[in-house]
Amino acid sequence: MSRPARALVVNAAVAAVAIVTLVPLLWMVSASFMPPGAANTMPPPLVPRTPTLEHYVALFTRLNLLRNFLNSLLISGVTTIVSLFINALAGYAFAKLRFAGRDRVFQLLVVGLVVPAQVGMLPLFLMVRGLGLVNTPWGVMIAALASIFGIFMIRQYALGIPDELLDAARVDGAGEFQIFRRVVLPLLRPILVTLAAFSFLGTWNDFLWPLIVLSDERKFTLPVALASLVGEHVLDTELMMAGAGVTVVPVLILFLVLQRSYIRGVLMGSVKG
Amino acid sequence: MSADPRGTHVTQTRAGWLFVSPALGLIGVFFVVPVVVGLLLSFTDFDIYALGDPSVARIVGVRNYAQIVSDREFWGALRNTLTFVLGGGPLSVLASLGAALLVNARLVRFKSVLRVALFSPVVTTLVAVAIVWRYLYHPHYGLIDFALRGLGLPAVDWLGDPHWAMPAIILFSVWKNFGYNMLIFVAGLQNIPEEQYEAARIDGAGGWARFRHITVPGLGPTFLLVGVLTMIGQFQLFAEPYVMTAGGPLRSTVSLILLMYEQGFRWWRLGYAAAIAFILLAIVLVATLVQMRLQRLERR
Amino acid sequence: MSRIPGGRAAKPPRAAWRAGTLAGAALLLLAVACRPSAPATTTVRFWAMGREGEVVAELVRDFERENPGIRVELQQIPWTAAHEKLLTAHVGHASPDVAQLGNTWIAEFVALRALEPLRPWITRSAEVKPWGFFPGIWATNVVAGEPYGVPWYVDTRLLFYRKDILARAGYPTMPTSWSEWHAAMRAIKALVGPDRFAIFLPLNEWTQPMILGLQCGSPLLADDGTRGAFAGPEFRRAFAFYVGLFREGLAPPVSNNDVANLYQEFERGYFSMYITGPWNLGEFQRRLPASMRDAWATAPLPGPEGESTGVSMAGGSSLVMFRTSRHQAAAWRLVEFLSRPAQQARFYRLCGDLPARHEAWQDPSLAGDANLRSFQRQLERVAPWPMVPEWEQIAIRLQEQAERAARGGAAPDSVLSDYDRDVDRMLEKRRWLAARRLNRRSGGSRGPG
Repeated sequence: MSRPARALVVNAAVAAVAIVTLVPLLWMVSASFMPPGAANTMPPPLVPRTPTLEHYVALFTRLNLLRNFLNSLLISGVTTIVSLFINALAGYAFAKLRFAGRDRVFQLLVVGLVVPAQVGMLPLFLMVRGLGLVNTPWGVMIAALASIFGIFMIRQYALGIPDELLDAARVDGAGEFQIFRRVVLPLLRPILVTLAAFSFLGTWNDFLWPLIVLSDERKFTLPVALASLVGEHVLDTELMMAGAGVTVVPVLILFLVLQRSYIRGVLMGSVKG
Repeated sequence: MSADPRGTHVTQTRAGWLFVSPALGLIGVFFVVPVVVGLLLSFTDFDIYALGDPSVARIVGVRNYAQIVSDREFWGALRNTLTFVLGGGPLSVLASLGAALLVNARLVRFKSVLRVALFSPVVTTLVAVAIVWRYLYHPHYGLIDFALRGLGLPAVDWLGDPHWAMPAIILFSVWKNFGYNMLIFVAGLQNIPEEQYEAARIDGAGGWARFRHITVPGLGPTFLLVGVLTMIGQFQLFAEPYVMTAGGPLRSTVSLILLMYEQGFRWWRLGYAAAIAFILLAIVLVATLVQMRLQRLERR
Repeated sequence: MSRIPGGRAAKPPRAAWRAGTLAGAALLLLAVACRPSAPATTTVRFWAMGREGEVVAELVRDFERENPGIRVELQQIPWTAAHEKLLTAHVGHASPDVAQLGNTWIAEFVALRALEPLRPWITRSAEVKPWGFFPGIWATNVVAGEPYGVPWYVDTRLLFYRKDILARAGYPTMPTSWSEWHAAMRAIKALVGPDRFAIFLPLNEWTQPMILGLQCGSPLLADDGTRGAFAGPEFRRAFAFYVGLFREGLAPPVSNNDVANLYQEFERGYFSMYITGPWNLGEFQRRLPASMRDAWATAPLPGPEGESTGVSMAGGSSLVMFRTSRHQAAAWRLVEFLSRPAQQARFYRLCGDLPARHEAWQDPSLAGDANLRSFQRQLERVAPWPMVPEWEQIAIRLQEQAERAARGGAAPDSVLSDYDRDVDRMLEKRRWLAARRLNRRSGGSRGPG
């Protein structure tokens, strides 16, 4: 085969794979603009013949999805900010501060990485119940405010900070926290952005734990609200597509904005083995 | 505060513990303690009656474990989970590798756009796209059966037929996740020196031979890493069957975590459910150790 | 802890407190809504499920109009998640004040000490009286002699059948005893041939074999709900009859999943009888072509010894109040309101749920319909499932066993012994609790368990 012909074949194959991959998402968006019942016709329509916004209107008025959207935003936002700070402190300390027992503690933490979170979920629920946090956003957030994975990533990154920089700051009389804030945090910026993207998307997409903790539909996060909605509106294809779109599109946009950082995180996380 | 080295040492010790203590505290209270308590819980019959009155919880030793291994439902869930892990895992890794090879091919244009497009299902919300796929799988109106019929193939009642429901979930999860490992493979591919391919080409090796003798060995470590990560993730199957099939039809898509959820949060048999969780943990640990051992053998 | 029904004594301080904290909010509300509502409105949190949750909104609006001091915060919970959500809410101390509860769940919530005992409330009520309801249905709300729920709407199972096919097989009306029923099914089978069947009993539903068990007089569970009674002679008789229908080829050994469109298959005559519930009245009317209108009917279930033993299950939903509620007086008024015959009839017109009160059935929207009359007759002969929290778990297990016997070749009696063993294991905790209670009582020193 000649080179241009091969190029054509390979590019066509790639394009086909990309289209197949994107069809479910494109169809979701397209169907969400179709009038009720239009998606369930033969042959399946690919684009709305008479586009309508009625499902989005229904979601945000009758079904009050805005509240769930804000819940998700609040929970994901607070979790991200707080966990970033706590993980950065610990990750940096494990990498750069010398103190007795540091490495042993860190090794123990890393062992915890293989334990699936579901293993502790039942007692955790009883604890959250004991604290009176069932059916509150705090109950959802509390277990995610520090993450071993986050500490691990920050530590790996912080190992690359030159000691001379820190010692110079010490010589200048800076306290350890000052050093952390003035010197270390700016240096950690790239990894913090990466982790922020991970943490936000992870919390936004999380399902099992908020499903267990939240019982009041007004407090549901978007995925939980969506799963509950599909129980009642399983025949309303177009409405459900709109709901799925409202849930998915924000994270897709965030990903597009932060793709470089995010992809770097994937690659960094994968060398932990 | 002080530039004196000994002083620094003391401050660093103090600062070090101070800096790690919020994280350690949170992880200890909300991760370590629950896991330990979970283990204890699995030796009790803590149930719906005990939720009403904790004094009626009893210590029952390994009875929960004994009951679990004599329960057909558990073996069903284990079989379904293993089908998902052993069927879906390799399939997903192969799909990732194929996509990585395509994306990495020298002739391909618009690589970064492509990479983002193929990666996008990974960042989507599992519950939302599971709902989308539920409709794609619809036997009458779904796009997938429409395409099958268009190709002259018989339509399949994907989520309604006990034989097809798990394959349907596997297919969905391959779509959802292949982009992640694809990225890792792309990085692995880029680490293989181009000269090796050149040398092979000069020796007259064809495309398949180059793939077999340079690409595959070059990716060796990546394969195992991807294998472990994928497998640990696959064992946690829950939201897909919860949203798409509720474990049906005929319990053919009940996974271990779904079984744990049902026993724990539907029937409130918390002790029993905790025991299921620890059996899952044991399986994951053994599987991880096996893979790590394989990795070590590979290195030798 | 003692809570006086009516709760008036406790009201003033709480009202004052509430007035204080809510003053700002009330002002704001006044400004925004421009509605001169009293600042001390009581908010009642009411959870209802699925379609009921949607349509009850209309009734709730009228209730609020009638009771300006009470605001109802209605929350609709999907059926699929209802059980879990209610339990999680209770366990997490976040229960509503009043809720719709499937009456098979009542025992479980009583075991959890989640529900308010209703005897004092009923005693004082002019609206809610036990004899106003179908007795079998009322019984589902009583645990150990104490009522915990007020029936809201009822549900039972009876026969939907093809009148035309039955007539052609030589039976102008539906038989009332098992022997005639069995003969009629054989006649239908002879008429329709090998690819069609007399009755459809979905293998993934446990209600049908359980109901047959009730009909034969099986208690289902023995010893105060601490052991299975499925290997007993009554249930064995029922189960043999059930399995026989498959073995004789009168019923196809398939589940709901294998029948793509139930209504189409009924129309085609794939099966001539089907045991199902009231929601299918509307579905059959809507989905079958108009030409079929006179070809089908409903009938109460035949019984092993004739009509009087043609028992069915007492299902449906009740309205319950939660112990933890701080607005029980207001919640009870809502319960009373929804129990009124006029509201019950209206509820039927809105969503087709059958009223739990006799009086409501005299409403013109219900009285004229022959298919509904079968339901009314059936409802006079209904019995509750055993009231133990484990019931749903136990019942689901019967499916598996029934499938083993009907599809595979397992002997019915050995299947039932297996099942009893499983059930006994599930009820072990109840036996222990019962023994413990007994010990304590004989020990005497401690209070009642």
